[in-house]
Amino acid sequence: MKLHNISFGNIKRRKGKMLFLILGLVIGISTVVTLLSITESMTRNIEERLNQFGANIVMVPKSENLSLNYGGIDVGGVSYQVREFDQEKLPGIKTIKNYKNLSIIAPKVLGTVMVNDKNVLLMGVLFEEELALKTWWHKTGGTFPAKEDEVMLGSQVASLLGFKQGDTISLSGTSFKVATILKPTGAAEDNAIISNLSSAQKLLGKQGKLSMVEISAFCQGCPITELTLQIAEKFPNAKVTAMKQAVMSKMQSIDMFRSFSLGISIIVILIGSLLVLVTMMGSVNERTREIGIFRAIGFRRGHVMQIILLEAMLLGIIGGILGFVIGNLIAYGIIPVVMKDGVFAGINLNLGIVSILMAVALSLLASLYPAFKASNMDPSEALRAL
Amino acid sequence: MTQVNHLIEIQGLKKTYQSGDSKVDAIKQMEFFIDDEEFIAIMGQSGSGKSTLLSIMGALNHPTQGKVLVDSLDLYSLSGEQRADFRSEYIGFIFQSFQLIPYLTVLENVKLPMAVTGQKKKIKNQMALEVIKRVGLETKPHRLPDQLSGGEQERVAIARALVNKPPIILADEPTGNLDSKTANEIMMLLQSLNDEGHTIIVVTHNSDMGAYATRSIKVQDGECFA
Repeated sequence: MKLHNISFGNIKRRKGKMLFLILGLVIGISTVVTLLSITESMTRNIEERLNQFGANIVMVPKSENLSLNYGGIDVGGVSYQVREFDQEKLPGIKTIKNYKNLSIIAPKVLGTVMVNDKNVLLMGVLFEEELALKTWWHKTGGTFPAKEDEVMLGSQVASLLGFKQGDTISLSGTSFKVATILKPTGAAEDNAIISNLSSAQKLLGKQGKLSMVEISAFCQGCPITELTLQIAEKFPNAKVTAMKQAVMSKMQSIDMFRSFSLGISIIVILIGSLLVLVTMMGSVNERTREIGIFRAIGFRRGHVMQIILLEAMLLGIIGGILGFVIGNLIAYGIIPVVMKDGVFAGINLNLGIVSILMAVALSLLASLYPAFKASNMDPSEALRAL
Repeated sequence: MTQVNHLIEIQGLKKTYQSGDSKVDAIKQMEFFIDDEEFIAIMGQSGSGKSTLLSIMGALNHPTQGKVLVDSLDLYSLSGEQRADFRSEYIGFIFQSFQLIPYLTVLENVKLPMAVTGQKKKIKNQMALEVIKRVGLETKPHRLPDQLSGGEQERVAIARALVNKPPIILADEPTGNLDSKTANEIMMLLQSLNDEGHTIIVVTHNSDMGAYATRSIKVQDGECFA
């Protein structure tokens, strides 16, 4: 006979009451788990959508001059010398601390080429990365360039120079096949010829050089400022800028969901705690006689407290496990209903451990006063009820 | 002149219960002693203060005034936790209406006082089974209290009081809920325990049951008459 036998026995005997207490914990924990799962799924969903908006970090060579360009209109009339950085240094980005948060790294080289006696912007890109980054790029027909001698024309260039898909275009004396024409995007690429990175480097005489790198950081509320600092530290000659708007909206959305979930969770947890407290108090009051007997036969105050708190701990473990399972089931069922294209983020085992610990802590905290009351019961008063 | 040491000495005992403005003197003035291996019957009418006296002797109820010495140890000079340890070691209680824990088996109920002692499980089991056999319930150690008769439940209560081998057994109306045949059997069991060396103190209002004791202390209106 040990104290835990008494706790087990009491739980078995008062099944109804104990189920009620577990219910309080399950409601609290499952609500927290459901809300956290929904928040996580929403966050991922938002991340995916925001990532479709393109890069959120831009890396360009450092310049001493101020930009005289606003909204695509150059007011300075000054032709800046375009500075580059070495392509061979780019893999160094993989050594930054938060490298895993970088989902797309799209390097490019920029320069001008002569087409029919006209200066045209040539942009050399890695098509795989660029297309992943710029999901709004749509071709009018044909295929995106896959070979070294293929290019894609921006809508404005194609229209002004009179080229169509399948034509051959001469760029500074080298012939390329027009693989496709880009549909109007309203951005700079409308006025550019886009080719493979290595072809553009060759044409522009900038082998191994890069004009800029666009980066898409994929993370849940990740410290974007820290990311830019880490990249800047790695590339001292580059100016690394975070596209604040995208990041801010991302952060705001996440924060909003977090605050909402936190608020609801606190309220439900408080209600759950109250339920545990009331049930435990009821249980202790019902057991006045029993506690009197324990004290009379030599149990110390601490022993009585141990019995009550052990019960609370066992119920907390059961409530935590059930709450976690039920919370995940609810989240799994509810996410497709509350979120368009929403997908359940999956079972988070760490959250499971936290749920059980939280339920145990909650149960113990709510049972502290009843346990204290029971242990301080005057045995003669308790026995007077005999 | 030699000093005689009694097992229990009650000196100038007084107990007053207070409820709001009203005060009730449950024990007005008591002075007596009990020697080792005595079988004492504390007799008196309902409300005479005998149960209060028993709870004070059992280190459960702080007196308003006076001392209770057990083996010369002043019980109420001890802290609450020390008195709990004292009860565990020195006292075996047999309560009115058996007071068994309904969700524990006979064996578990008997082992209950050992839940806070340091013995090994095997020894606890052995000791519990020994006392269960002593009270004649060796065939029913795994029954729950509600599967037993009144007399059997009383035997479980006695076994529970005996299991830690306390020198003193305090019984509060142990036969109050039993028919006369079973009551006599229980009193004979207590008598045999007394023969084995336990000091037995029984509170009863039934003079027939009191006849089993070696000495009676009469309690009336909070005072005792040895």
